Amino acid sequence: MTAAIEFRGVSRVFGDVRAVDDVSFSVEAGEFFAMLGPSGSGKTTCLRLVAGFDLPGSGQVLLDGADVSAVPPFERNVNTVFQDYALFPHMTVLENVAYGPRVRGVSSPERSRRAREMLELVQLASQAERRPAQLSGGQRQRVALARALINQPRVLLLDEPLGALDLKLREEMQIELKSLQRRLGITFVYVTHDQGEALSMADRVAVFNQGRIEQLAAPRELYARPETAFVARFVGSANVANAELATKIAGSAAQPFAIRAENIAVLSESAPLAAGSVTAPGAVVAVQFHGAASRWQVKLDAGEVWSALVTEEDARALSGFAVGTRVRLAWPHAAAVPLSSASSGS
Amino acid sequence: MRYRPDKASWTTRIGAFAGLAFMHIPVLVIILYAFTTEDRTYQFPPPGLTLHWFGVAFQRADIWQSMSLSLAIASCATVFALILGTLAAFALARARFPAKDALTVLFVLPIALPGIITGIALLAAMKLGGVDPSFWTIVAGHTTFCIVIVYNNVIARLRRLPPSWVEASMDLGADGLQTFRYVLLPQVATAFLAGGMLAFALSFDEVIVTVFTAGNERTLPIWFLNELFRPRNRAVTNVVAVIVIAVTLVPILLAYYFTRPDDEHETAR
Amino acid sequence: MRAASTFFYRRPYWYLALLLLPPLLWFGTVYLGSLFALLWQSFYRIDDFTAQIVREPTLETYKQLVTQPANVDIVVRTLVMALAVTAACAVIALPIATYMARYARGRVKALFYVGVMLPMWTSYLVKVYAWRLLLAKEGIIAWVFAKLGLMGVLDSILAAPGIGGPSLSSSYLGMFLVFVYMWLPFMILPMAAALERVPGSLIQASADLGARPSQTFRNVVLPLAVPGIAAGSVFTFSLTLGDFIIPSVVGAPGYFIGMMVYVQQGTAGNVPLAAAFSVVPIVLIFVYLSIAKRFGAFDAL
Repeated sequence: MTAAIEFRGVSRVFGDVRAVDDVSFSVEAGEFFAMLGPSGSGKTTCLRLVAGFDLPGSGQVLLDGADVSAVPPFERNVNTVFQDYALFPHMTVLENVAYGPRVRGVSSPERSRRAREMLELVQLASQAERRPAQLSGGQRQRVALARALINQPRVLLLDEPLGALDLKLREEMQIELKSLQRRLGITFVYVTHDQGEALSMADRVAVFNQGRIEQLAAPRELYARPETAFVARFVGSANVANAELATKIAGSAAQPFAIRAENIAVLSESAPLAAGSVTAPGAVVAVQFHGAASRWQVKLDAGEVWSALVTEEDARALSGFAVGTRVRLAWPHAAAVPLSSASSGS
Repeated sequence: MRYRPDKASWTTRIGAFAGLAFMHIPVLVIILYAFTTEDRTYQFPPPGLTLHWFGVAFQRADIWQSMSLSLAIASCATVFALILGTLAAFALARARFPAKDALTVLFVLPIALPGIITGIALLAAMKLGGVDPSFWTIVAGHTTFCIVIVYNNVIARLRRLPPSWVEASMDLGADGLQTFRYVLLPQVATAFLAGGMLAFALSFDEVIVTVFTAGNERTLPIWFLNELFRPRNRAVTNVVAVIVIAVTLVPILLAYYFTRPDDEHETAR
Repeated sequence: MRAASTFFYRRPYWYLALLLLPPLLWFGTVYLGSLFALLWQSFYRIDDFTAQIVREPTLETYKQLVTQPANVDIVVRTLVMALAVTAACAVIALPIATYMARYARGRVKALFYVGVMLPMWTSYLVKVYAWRLLLAKEGIIAWVFAKLGLMGVLDSILAAPGIGGPSLSSSYLGMFLVFVYMWLPFMILPMAAALERVPGSLIQASADLGARPSQTFRNVVLPLAVPGIAAGSVFTFSLTLGDFIIPSVVGAPGYFIGMMVYVQQGTAGNVPLAAAFSVVPIVLIFVYLSIAKRFGAFDAL
């Protein structure tokens, strides 16, 4: 089956900056695809390449198997929800949503009807006659969504749409967006720098760094088996040991690896070790209380500061361990994830 | 003295209001003088007030002629300037190409350099090309700086438009012309009109460039200039001054009205 | 239409060229062409005997310009006046711009903005004419001085060399006053715009660190307003430099550059000399612009 979107060796250079560097991937039809990465990593540029606001310097962008380099945005069957919503202030909410059909020549009564349908879908039918300036952030976001969906695009692009909303609203919208996608069956491509969002909503996530995709996998896979140090650090925080550090901890010629904070236990110096565990001695630097668990920062004798997530239960055994106390970090050997290139820092 | 950061000191306040008053006194004085009965000197206080000179002025054919000439020139120059200035503004609003900075300076030059330079440059060109001064040479001169006014107004407005609006419109299926009609035009309309009004007022009042590009044509400002150098009937001149104030005041106020209360259309992030 | 849009989508530079062509064509021929013609003419000279323009390139006219003391006087006189007017405008505009930008709210602020814009856009000639009336011997200013019993003061001012003259309406002082009045709005608006851009948090930080209001003003606000002052000064400087009407109408006997240009090309028929004279302000203004740019004027325009 042809992919909904395909990138083949795409590059885009701005001056001396390689915003997108020889990127290739494909997005399946009906998939919720997330592009995750820090600002400047190339994810937004890729989105714009799909939408048509920019053209690749080299390589091909294909939609439904067809090369779209020569196709302008108004001819592509792709719609975008912008970061700043881009609602037209001089039109009412209804007119905004009806814009797509309007420019395609749909008659006025027909497009009003369709627009009202879409507003029902996002639960904003009551606001149809108001102007964007009179709506709250969350409402505007839903208008932007309705406006994009009315054209029944093959792909919906979302450019960090929840960035401006507060936490509670963001979490609600995440659930709504996911269920909307499931119901409509449209391919969603979602750009964000928030790894929590990407992990909770996407079917697959592409992690971008400096114009390249470091890893593309399902959220669980990404979390459990990060391939590079960057991915390990960016998706859920992890402690990363490069080759040097690995050798100091695990013995000669050890590979670089990453270990998640929640897999590390903090033990006193004299406590017994479980079989098959790796250990590293150090001193406590700080303890941060986070409710159900605490984050313990320990400076390893080997050099770096690592963090361990300790549940309240286990913390009882450690009561009295103040800053400076010498402890040992321990983890099962199997929990350590080998990395391909630990030298590429975040 | 108590520290009140949101209130200006007395010196500042007095300076501000006094300065503002200073700027308006001369014009108010002229308006007063239009009603004086004394017609040979500029005596103050005026010995009496009358509307007589208004009647006299309205009967003078030469004044009407000059006025209609000025209106005609201003209209032509404004139309040309609106077209050319808007094109230039759209081109340079968001473009990025090597010559852009040079072009930006170019489009500001007619206002940055004194009018006399523009005037004599045009005269030099006319002499070199063997072109006689006429209605159209005046219009040519006026159009040049009127373009700058329109350009400034339109480009300022264009630059305030978030680029995502144009992208959103195209994303939703509108081509270039539709985007222009439905999204850009409503936003730019007021700046366009304001630029036109200002250009009209400027052209109507222009004298320096006109002096160089006019042959026997006498626009109202030129008529006025002659009166300044060789006053014939001071009282009538005062009346004409008031008329000029009135005629230029209308477009100015309209332009101001167009460009001020635009905030409601600009936001709605 | 969609086909055309698609065409231009792929060739954005073509679209740009299309838009720019008419205005550029106009500017290129009418404006730049004229400036060029002017420059060209300044390299010609006038034959003293036939009073005809000799059309061969020469530096004769420029030599005339810089060697004859009368000509140099004209340039210096104009330059001095331009600088004096600029300085005075800056000083007078400061309280107005400060109040407008930082302290006036709502209606008062709108009042100020309209109050500055109106005189700016009122007819230039009408304003000059108004000052003629004000400065006349029997006019309002003399009347005020007489009422206050200060005629003696007025007379002694007028008797002062360099600025005085037979009456206010034909003295350098009078000219100076009119210039300052005319260009004041051009100085106020950029200044107010620059002052308005000073974030309130900076003022608060300065106060928090212990500075008195006057110190805050001097050390924080004023330096940040400099680009606005520079931008405004570009207008006052270049406008004064090229003006010929005000010196003629409210003038002392000495010539100014603008008047020289007007006279030379008119009655004297000496277009080359007029052209050479007009090159002077162009050069001076470009020099001033580069200085002003260093102070950030271009960002405040």
